[in-house]
Parts: sequence; C-alpha cells; structure tokens
Amino acid sequence: MNSRNRVVKDNLFKLFVFLLAALSILPLFLIIFQTVRNGISAINPEFFYKLPKPPGESGGGILNSLVGSFMLVILATAFSVPIGTLTGIFIAEVRNSFTELLRTLVNILQGLPSIVIGILAYLWVVKPMGGFSAISGAVALAVMMLPVIIKTTEETVRLVPFTLREASFSLGATYTKTIIKIILPASARGILSGIIVGTSRIIGETAPLLFTAFGNPFVNLNPMKPTDALPLLIFNYAMSPYEEWHKIAWGASLVLIIVVLGLNLLLKMVGKRWETKF
Amino acid sequence: MGDKILKIENFYAGYGHTWVLRNINLEIPEKKLTAIMGPSGCGKSTLIRCINRIHELNPEAIYRGHIYLNGKDIYKMHPTIVRRKIGMVFQKPNPFPTMSVYENVIAGYILNGIKLKKEEKDKIVEDALKKAFLWNEVKDVLHRKGTFLSGGQQQRLCIARALAMKPEILLLDEPTSALDPKATSRIEELIVELKKTITIVMVTHNIAQAVRVSDYTAFIYLGELVEFGPTEKVFAAPERKETEEYLVGKFG
Amino acid sequence: MKTDRIFRAVLYAGGAFVALLVLLAFLSLCHASWLSLKKFGIKFILSREWDPVNEKFGALPFIVGTFMTSIIALIISLPFSISIALLLGVYLREGFIKKVLTYATDLLAGIPSIIYGFWGLFFLVPLVRKLEMKLGVLPYGVGILTASIVLAIMIVPYTSSIAREVISMVPGDIIEAGFSLGATTREIIFGIILPYARSGIFAGILLAFGRAFGETMAVTMVIGNSNCMPKSIFCPANTMASVIANEFTEATKDIHLSSLIYIGLWLFLFTFAINLLGNLVIKKFRVEVKNE
Repeated sequence: MNSRNRVVKDNLFKLFVFLLAALSILPLFLIIFQTVRNGISAINPEFFYKLPKPPGESGGGILNSLVGSFMLVILATAFSVPIGTLTGIFIAEVRNSFTELLRTLVNILQGLPSIVIGILAYLWVVKPMGGFSAISGAVALAVMMLPVIIKTTEETVRLVPFTLREASFSLGATYTKTIIKIILPASARGILSGIIVGTSRIIGETAPLLFTAFGNPFVNLNPMKPTDALPLLIFNYAMSPYEEWHKIAWGASLVLIIVVLGLNLLLKMVGKRWETKF
Repeated sequence: MGDKILKIENFYAGYGHTWVLRNINLEIPEKKLTAIMGPSGCGKSTLIRCINRIHELNPEAIYRGHIYLNGKDIYKMHPTIVRRKIGMVFQKPNPFPTMSVYENVIAGYILNGIKLKKEEKDKIVEDALKKAFLWNEVKDVLHRKGTFLSGGQQQRLCIARALAMKPEILLLDEPTSALDPKATSRIEELIVELKKTITIVMVTHNIAQAVRVSDYTAFIYLGELVEFGPTEKVFAAPERKETEEYLVGKFG
Repeated sequence: MKTDRIFRAVLYAGGAFVALLVLLAFLSLCHASWLSLKKFGIKFILSREWDPVNEKFGALPFIVGTFMTSIIALIISLPFSISIALLLGVYLREGFIKKVLTYATDLLAGIPSIIYGFWGLFFLVPLVRKLEMKLGVLPYGVGILTASIVLAIMIVPYTSSIAREVISMVPGDIIEAGFSLGATTREIIFGIILPYARSGIFAGILLAFGRAFGETMAVTMVIGNSNCMPKSIFCPANTMASVIANEFTEATKDIHLSSLIYIGLWLFLFTFAINLLGNLVIKKFRVEVKNE
C-alpha cells in the first residue's frame, strides 16, 4: 500500500467535496444578486402604495398584491394555528394507534404537492361558493401550513421535561390546567417559531392560489372576493411579454426574498429571546 | 409514637406486569419526619409517588391496596384533591420556567383556578418563602423568572411552592441529590425546622442525612418493607440482617 | 374531572379533524375525477394522447415528463447534497464556514419556488439555449433539462439535511476505530460512514424525489408546456403538476377539468407512495441505529 498516494487521494477528495458544496450554494448567491440587480430599480415609495399600471406605461406599484398576501397569511394562520396546535398537543400527549396513524397522515399532508392542495381548495371552497375568493386561497394555504404547526408543536411539547408535569400534578392541578398553564407556555417559543416557519412556507406559494385566490388588479379587502398575492403577481408579470412588467416582477421578487430573509432572521431571534430554560 | 396521619395497608405497586413494591404496611406518624431508605431500585421512590398518586401518571403503572389519609382512602378520593393535601418536592429542582418566583410560589392556586386578592397572594408568597428560608434572598427579585436562581435556591422555591398549598403531608424525593454540599445543608436545616409543623416523608439514599434529620426510618429492600422504627433504634440496633448490611455499606 | 374529559374530547376532535382532512382529500379527488375515471379508467395513465378539443385524455406524456425531470434532478443534485452533508457532518467542526453553509442551505430551502422559476426563465433558459445551439439541437431553451436543473438546485437542501442527520447518527466509536487503524478520512467516508448511513441517505433521496415530483411553479415556468411525449431531455414537455397549473382555469369542458383532477389524483397517489416509503425507510433506519 502506498501511503503517500492515499494521502494525496484523501486531500483531492476533500477538495472535491468542498468544491461541490461551494457550487451548490452558488445559485443562492446568483439568485439574490440577480434579483437585487434587476429589482432594485423598480423599488421606490410608489412601488408600495400604488396599483399596477397597464402595459406600456412605466411605474406603478404592487399594493394590491401586498394587501392580498397579508390578508391571505393572516387568514391562513387564523385557520391553521388553533387546529394545528391542538393536534400537535394531541400527538405529543396521547400515544395510541390512532395518534400513530395520525402522525403518518400529517407526513402525507406535508408531502402533498401544492397544486393538489389548490385543487382541493377549489373543490371545497371555490365550487360551492361559485367563484374565486381570498378565503379559498387562505384555506389552501392553511392546509399547507397545518403540518408545519402540528410538527413544531409536537416537538416542543415533547421537549418539556416530565418533571414539570409531575410538579404541576403534585400541586393538585388537573390535566387541562397542566397543559394550558404549564406545558403550553413552556412551548410558546416552539409554537411561535412554527408559525414563522409556516408563514415563510406559504408566503411564496403560488400554485395553490392559481385557481383559488386567482388574482386581482385592484386592492381587495373582502375575503369573499378574488385577491392578488405577491407570488401570483410575480408569476403573471414574469410570464407576460412586457419589459416593464418584468421589471415589476423583479421588484416584487426582491420584496418577497426580503420578506423570507426577514422571517428567517426573526426565527433566529425568537429562538434566542424566547428560549425557555428548563 | 404519636398520632398516625397516614396508613398504608397491603399496598402493591409496579409497572407493566411486575410489582416493584409488595405488601407494604406502614403507619406514618404526624408532625414527624419519616425517612424511607433502601438501595437504589428498591421501590422507595415508587412508594412515595403512590402516596400522592403521581405514580399513576405513568401509563404502565399498576397498584393495589389501601392508603388512608386521616382515615380516608386516598384512592377513593379525586387525585387532584389528594395531591393538594399531600405536597411533593422532586429530586431535581423543577420550578416552572415560564413563571416568576412569585408566580411559582402561588402556582398551586393559579393551577387550581383559585382566585385570590392581591393581599392574600402577597401574604401566602411571603409566608411560604419565609418558611422555606428563601425570603431574604429573593424578596427583591420576586418578579424575575425562577430559573435564574441557583440550584439550592430553586429547590427551596419548590419547597415554598409545595408549602404554599398548606398541605398536610410533604413528600420529599431525594431533595438534595442534585445539590452541592452547602446547598444540601441549607435544605437540611430547613427540613428540621419544617418538621415541627408538618408531617414529612423523605426518600433518601444518604444514610448520614437520614440520621441527621429523621425521627423514624423505614427500610425497604427488594420491594418489601424490612424494618420500620424510630431512627436511633433502626440505626443502633437493627432487627434484620438486610438493614444491618445496608448500613455498613454492603449494598453500596 | 369534567373539564379534563371535555379537554381530552377537544384534543381527539382536533386529531380527528386532521385525519378526516386527509381522507376527505382523497375522496374529493376521486369524486371530482369520476367523470374521467369512468371514461378512461386505468388506461388514462398509459395513453399518450392529450387532446382537449377532441376530448381525448391520456396522462402518459406528463407522467413520463414528471419522472424524467425528477430523476434527472436527483442525479444532478446527489453529489452536491452528499458533499454538503459530508462537509457539515464530517469535515467541519463548529466554525464560521459551517455556520454560513448551514444558513445558506436553509435559505436555499426557503426561497419560494416562483423565484426559482423566474430566475430559471431569465438566467438558465438562455444558458441552456446556448448549450443547445452548440450541440445542434433545436434551441428551445425551455424543456426537461432546464426544469431538471432548477429542480436539482431546489432539492439539494432536502437531501443534504437528511443525509447530514443520518451521517451524524453514525456512532463516533466506529469512526474512531477506523482512524485508529490508520485510515484516511476519505477511506472512512467510503468504508464506514456511507455504508452505515446508506439506507438513511436512500430515504433522503426518496423524500427529495417526492418533493421534486410535485413541484409546480418552478417547473411550469421553464419546461415549455408541450403536451407531446418528450423524446429527449432537450424537449419542451409538461409534468403532471405543470399541466394542471396551465390548463385548470382554462378548462371549460367538464371532462377536461375532470381529467386534470384525475391527474391530480395520480399525483396524490404517487407522492403518497413515495413519501410513505421514504418515511418508512428513515423510521426503520432510526430504529436500527437505536438498537445497535
């Protein structure tokens, strides 16, 4: 065995691994760089409070989609957080064959392609209501957010030491009080980070909105009416043949990336500041 | 031997299909400190966890027999009532991490949904912390999180939390095993003071500690109660061979 | 106590709701695709004709398109994701580069697919077009290859995070044993770590496959949306997800809509099977590691 040869091979392989790893995050920098370069010129104060202009005219803003995205996220959070937290606690607390099955079902729900979730929201909400609406988009997004909330809640509830539970019970607390006053506050951080992760998962989702929220060139505050959203606007404008619209789409992409980065940062901060010491 | 506040009769407990404790018969005297000793794994912790019905939180738990508190069978009462009357302090200090020192002390009231006036709460907190020898150290940081305290202080906070419910019996499950010697001696002083006013049942594997603080000693070996009597007698002239061997360190 | 019973009932109700949601999802898809299911049956997935005008629907081109794009994406991404996992799990101890790399892969996973698609359309498509001109094939730019590259970039964080998890589960003592026999890091990786983590990494690949399989927007924007059977990796095509995204709002005939939903049902079933398998393999891996 030639040991020098082996060391050379070892170093070459290490170099190769480093190179491939560097290459695989290169697209991230390319995407951010190109979005900033193409999008920065579209962004000015007007961009945030004006409506889009027809093709051919320059300027205009994305207020309709900002308002729409905000509404969709709020509604989706309101739908998914209560039920998701409840289910998360349920899976963490109760151990039987039903919760075992439920855990598998949650994994399946998480693996569902977003376009299929769009079809479901179309069948469940759009069809019975007779038209596209913000509420149907929010239902689709809520279904996407649900498994994230369930899983983070389950994980954090599981992390709460058993001794806290014992301490609570030994003071004569009931099961309900123990969960609500001890376990839930101790898991607040985890549940909050679940909401942030869930939000960043749905804020950029387009596919489930194509035939639910549908899009709307105007600002809409009525959940029963179609509404625009940032990713929908990017899709429609990016696929259009107009140069000015592409610019708006880049600007909107930049806003979306900043929001996602911001949520990531927020997540790190929440992790630090809200950490429960046991 | 004084009045008996707690009677344990023909009691069995265990997990799954195995009994860890078999046929325990024990009468705990009022306002005394009873130490429960024995080699690790003998079932002593299980025994006191049965006294305030924490044992049954384990889904595998099994038990049978009777435990009477002032003549009433605790297994015929609602567990939350039993636990309010019989407080417990655990091996590792476990203050509620999301609550302040103040809230930790009145946690029992918060958790039981008992509404109190501000003055009442203040009084309970002050009394309990004074009884737990903690008042002077924390009176200025009452509204900080309990987890900022040192280990020994946390454990005294847990004792205050249990005392605040004005229990009839206080169960201590190796309360100093996670603490350093200095914190341990503080807790021991506290326990000696407390036993004047409250019945204490303490699990310990520290023989010297049992001698220092207890009035009565029960020795459990392989799930059975081998010996029970006044501490001096059990230590000076044990009746059973197993006790003697344990005391001279044969079981480690 | 009464509140406890109510609370437990509420917990069960929450769980039952989620379980019903998944069940209802399947039933709704079956119900809505009934028209197409009845007419075309199982042959739907074997027929290569998709002709909304003459009401002939077969999903084979999309199924082939989906498998081609996801498998090529997996093949492209695998060396990269394994490299990241090795770097994070074996080569790098705590430090700046590790932090940057972890954060970067997190972000890569966090960037919305619409932005991947948009970027792909304006950056990758011209690049692929140049390549196609050099190779002398029709320079569409859009097509299977472009979609696969975008997908490959998108799934790197998924495979690498699972691969990293399983690599970190390789017991430290057998790695130390290897080193103490005088093996180099490379030999340890190929001789000990990768064989040990094999099934776990396989699970990661499956889960990433499931993700690529159902990805919609990024693919829709760069695949060229052709309903023909893809003949080469440079062909414009459609995946199951992208054809739904493209035609759903335009489908005026009931049978067309029903057929699109039928594709959705198949997509549901495929991803269901892939994810189930992936989760089973990783669960088995975890149990095996624990028992050793």
